[in-house]
Amino acid sequence: MIRLGAGTRLFFLILIYSADSFKRIHLIIKEIYFIGVLSLVIIIVSAFFVGMVLGLQGYYTLEKYGSSEAIGVLVALSLVRELGPVVTALLFAGRAGTAITAEIGLMKATEQLSAMEMMAVSPVARIIAPRFWAGIISMPLLASIFSMVGVLGGYLIAVPIIGVDDGAFWSQMQANVDFSNDIIDGVIKSVVFGFACTMIALFEGFDAPPTAEGVSHATTRTVVISSLAVLGLDFVLTSFMFV
Amino acid sequence: MSNNLISIENLSFGYDKNLIHKDINMQFSKGKVSAIMGGSGCGKTTILKLIGGQLAPNSGRVVVEGRVVHEQNRKGIYQLRRKMGMLFQHGALFTDLSVYENVAFPMREHTNLPENIIRDLVLLKLNAVGLRGAHSKMPTELSGGMARRVALARAVALDPDIIMYDEPFAGLDPISMAVICDLIRTLNDALGATSIIVTHDVAETFLFADYIYFVADGVVAAEGSPKKLLASKLPFVRQFIHSEKDGPVPFHIKAPNYRSDLAL
Amino acid sequence: MNKITLDVWVGILVAIGIVALFGLATKVGNLTSNNIKNTYSINAYFENIGGLKPRAPVKSAGVVVGRVQSIIFDTEAYHAVVNINIDGRYVFPKDTFANIYTAGLLGEQYIALEAGGDLENLAPGDRITQTQDAVVLEKLISQFLYNSASEGGK
Repeated sequence: MIRLGAGTRLFFLILIYSADSFKRIHLIIKEIYFIGVLSLVIIIVSAFFVGMVLGLQGYYTLEKYGSSEAIGVLVALSLVRELGPVVTALLFAGRAGTAITAEIGLMKATEQLSAMEMMAVSPVARIIAPRFWAGIISMPLLASIFSMVGVLGGYLIAVPIIGVDDGAFWSQMQANVDFSNDIIDGVIKSVVFGFACTMIALFEGFDAPPTAEGVSHATTRTVVISSLAVLGLDFVLTSFMFV
Repeated sequence: MSNNLISIENLSFGYDKNLIHKDINMQFSKGKVSAIMGGSGCGKTTILKLIGGQLAPNSGRVVVEGRVVHEQNRKGIYQLRRKMGMLFQHGALFTDLSVYENVAFPMREHTNLPENIIRDLVLLKLNAVGLRGAHSKMPTELSGGMARRVALARAVALDPDIIMYDEPFAGLDPISMAVICDLIRTLNDALGATSIIVTHDVAETFLFADYIYFVADGVVAAEGSPKKLLASKLPFVRQFIHSEKDGPVPFHIKAPNYRSDLAL
Repeated sequence: MNKITLDVWVGILVAIGIVALFGLATKVGNLTSNNIKNTYSINAYFENIGGLKPRAPVKSAGVVVGRVQSIIFDTEAYHAVVNINIDGRYVFPKDTFANIYTAGLLGEQYIALEAGGDLENLAPGDRITQTQDAVVLEKLISQFLYNSASEGGK
């Protein structure tokens, strides 16, 4: 509970200093590179495989009911509504979240944050806030990319390889995936997840004891707490959005 | 005593119930190099943090340039810190920036100087510490001594009035130690600054410090100029200066009876 | 890593992200077909709407011409009032049939409009008079049983 309070305090500090950090847009851009661009590879590869598995598994199940042409709908809806935002968030927490926590924890351990404070520069404005905004911006982008690549992966399995009809694949999908309900909701989810994962990673790093052991524990905690938070928030959001 | 840039008055500080400092008084005169010495863990670094406003005292006050540090708001503290430069124990250089960028950091943050002037200033500061040729290196490529010199260049980037050193000699080879010694004195005199060094290195410090405070058990055990302290008869001072294994600071920490511990 | 390379890569990321979102919106979703701007609404009364839901499609000759806007229950006449929005490009004569059909064998239900031959067209706010309810499985079965029972009795 104390940590939740401290985390909230950090969040408000970030908001207060965000104006400062927007004056240094190039810091945010630098962080988007490290957080977002460097996650692209894992996101795209995972998305491809997830999409293909969905296509494969979905086909064999649907075929039993003679509805194999609905494979497009199955793949698209699963990805856009759930798997896109959630899996991206989990991967994000694992890759970008741990990097953030470790980096900030180490900066704290080597007194770099202290040094910055003594030079009358707020570490929140210069180190923490840019990473926060970079995370919030990167997550929806990554989630959309995940969903799109996943759909393509599913398409690749279903149409050229299994032999489902090309037209049926896309048209059924288009008829049943609604932009404002499904796609936008998926984007909203990914923004919320991005907020949660980034905040958790930042807080754990900022709060870590300045020792090697402390930082490594903080990194593990980031992944665990982020993952649980994502899954929990997913349930809450899904019940609001899709029920 | 109005020549005191910094004065610590009746300061008490501690975490939870244990007081690290009990009602201590220290004065640091303008233009002088002062040292705070004492055994490990006696709270020397904490004094620097109290001066810099990173910690607030339990009672008493720290006055810097006539202003009480812990009563300042955020803006006031930052204004005070602009006049301070601090050298951390291992340099604390920003590992994601090059040497040049590290020294330029305070200039870019606090001034609006154009890039070419910043370049001249950075090279000037690096030259003062002898590392002008290393300006494009990353901190991870530097040795400990060199990193500390760069950190020193960064600490004096804005020509501060107060320079604080946290264990500047820790872990250095004799050559680097001599270099830092020389730099501390030279920079202090060149900038007309007030330097405070936290250290437990007797030999070097006694060579160039103007005034020394000994801290033990949370109080100022002794103070004075190096000459005066060398002649001091106080047991603690003698133990420290002459590197004696046992004395007022005992070799054995409190432990139960030896015989009963060994279960004889 | 100099500034320009950074900016380029971030630009690429943002561009790919937006393209993905756009791709999702157009190829995967139904953004294009949802852009029916000018609609007019008309009502239809049904005794039984079956599984019809709001936002269900309204089709004529198999082409989506509108959406079900709302379904409410009329407490005086005890029937369902279905309000539908029809794309302004299409007009239907006054004697149009509105039937509730099912898409596929177990699919979702939609309204099918079959145009009649009236010279006058439906105006906004008008009511479709010819309606056919949804086929309810239980009634179908009981009808079948009744028919086979009466045949067997001959």
